[in-house]
Amino acid sequence: MMTHMAAGALFRDQPAERPARWRLAALKRVPLVPLGIITLMVLTALLANVLTPYSPINISLPDRLRPPFWEAGGSLAHPLGTDPMGRDLLTRLIYGTRISLLVGCLGLIVGGGLGAALGLIAGYAGGRVDALVMRVTDTALSFPIILFAILLVVVLGASILTVVCAVALVLWARFARVIRGEALSIRERDFVALARIAGSSPLRIILVHLFPNVFNTLLVLLSLQVGWVIIVEASLSFLGAGVPPPTPTWGSMIAEGRDYIASAWWVSFFPGLAILATVLAFNLFGDWLRDALDPTLRQM
Amino acid sequence: MQRYILRRLVQSVLALLALSMLVFLMSRLTGDPTMLMLPDDASQEDIAKLRHALGLDAPLPVQYWVFLSNAVQGDFGRSIKGQMPVIDMIAERLPHSIKLGAVALCIAVLLAFPLGVIAALKKGTTLDTMANIVAVLGQSLPQFWVGIVLIQIFAVHLRWLPVAGVGSGWHYVLPAFTLGWFVVAGMMRLLRSSMLDILGSEFVKLARIKGVPEGLVVWKHALRNAMIPVLTFGAIYLTILVTGAILVETVFAWPGIGQLIYQGIVFRDFPVVQAVVLLTAGLVISVNLLVDILYAYLDPRIRYG
Repeated sequence: MMTHMAAGALFRDQPAERPARWRLAALKRVPLVPLGIITLMVLTALLANVLTPYSPINISLPDRLRPPFWEAGGSLAHPLGTDPMGRDLLTRLIYGTRISLLVGCLGLIVGGGLGAALGLIAGYAGGRVDALVMRVTDTALSFPIILFAILLVVVLGASILTVVCAVALVLWARFARVIRGEALSIRERDFVALARIAGSSPLRIILVHLFPNVFNTLLVLLSLQVGWVIIVEASLSFLGAGVPPPTPTWGSMIAEGRDYIASAWWVSFFPGLAILATVLAFNLFGDWLRDALDPTLRQM
Repeated sequence: MQRYILRRLVQSVLALLALSMLVFLMSRLTGDPTMLMLPDDASQEDIAKLRHALGLDAPLPVQYWVFLSNAVQGDFGRSIKGQMPVIDMIAERLPHSIKLGAVALCIAVLLAFPLGVIAALKKGTTLDTMANIVAVLGQSLPQFWVGIVLIQIFAVHLRWLPVAGVGSGWHYVLPAFTLGWFVVAGMMRLLRSSMLDILGSEFVKLARIKGVPEGLVVWKHALRNAMIPVLTFGAIYLTILVTGAILVETVFAWPGIGQLIYQGIVFRDFPVVQAVVLLTAGLVISVNLLVDILYAYLDPRIRYG
């Protein structure tokens, strides 16, 4: 409620025309390092089986808890050491990239799509529909919704599908909120009124006239939420409510290392570093995309 | 004012009912629990008997009503793993969680307020940049990993602090800091931007012209008003704390509600997870209601808006 009032006050002085085109100044400052890390992660996920000679799930107990190569007892055969089951840590990190990016992307598509659809409908319909959708959205936003995600996984059993649903459940409200605000303001513009006079159906107006106009915002929102989605997935995995073992995920790898904090620091350290690098890269990239496409979202 | 309170109260009760219905429907998605409780060669008659004894043959609305009235009376069923009433397990653990959350919130406020105000005063300097880095890292670091790294540094290597568990006051340091730090990032950024707004406003100029000492202008006149948006986000901070507590309590073996839900996940102990979710829902919605009422009391524009 307050944020809306504040946002209204902020934007009142600005010209009504929204910045639709890419801003040249921002284009010049393409964030090369984050972009490089993102490319590297995508390539790693795609080429996982080419990059490493080891299997991420085959257990080899004689090799358990080997340290990284620079520590006493380590060797270049296992550059980052091995885990408590004797599996190569780097291999599991590489395969873990797949789960993080896959669950992240699917969760974003489902959650973002659902949120955007609800936001567009609420914003266009207005009145009671709008009030109801926003009531539910506000409740979801002011509630540790991850609890319901956990409940969902416990009830349905852990699999990629349930984890994607859980992530989408946590995510949708953030999209509904912002997209609805955008749709609300676009609805008042002349071209929408003209389309209505010309006899366009509500569905057509939403798809052909509203959606393309909120697309930039949607893109920025998606990119800003990638990092967060990866953290949610890792948190669920860490708690044992993620993609079940033996599939390697960064979160579950950290959980496995928890019992070896004193003796084998590397088991939980490197997966966390991977999460940090990926999330930071996506966040910085998202910040840049926002400045380039839609700076009015800065207060998010 | 009374009408406003009444309206918010009704909304809160409706939200709670909707959430409880969601939990109930989820619990019925698990399938038929009788299949797990009886041997494979149980006769149809035995199955029907047990279903009747558990009330599973009643229509769904009736089952929901039983579920709801039990929950209101504090009966959330028995834990599958612990073989004791779930409500007793929660009662035993709740104080630990509340104490940890309170200490974490204090740490967050003590860090975020000075950092936010200083970042606003020294806008554009190295200090401001550093505060910004703290905020960005707060968004990018997985909380449970931070906890593990802190244990490795301060408990395993330096041996300054205990590794995990409860006991002396020293046991609070690492978990409370880990939990609080994630509130700091958001709180600090919010305070910084609202401080910048307020410092440019007319009444701050007036105070300065009147000759009020600069320290008083910043820390009393400006900060008081800059705090209002922070209060609005109270519910969000509570959400961050509750979510964080699950992860932090798991990392530090803190015997609170968060660790209970973790054990519930590990053992697929559905009654435990369900009860924690319902109780947390009640807690969060009540606190939201209280904050809104407090807010309307402080700012008349809300009541009449």
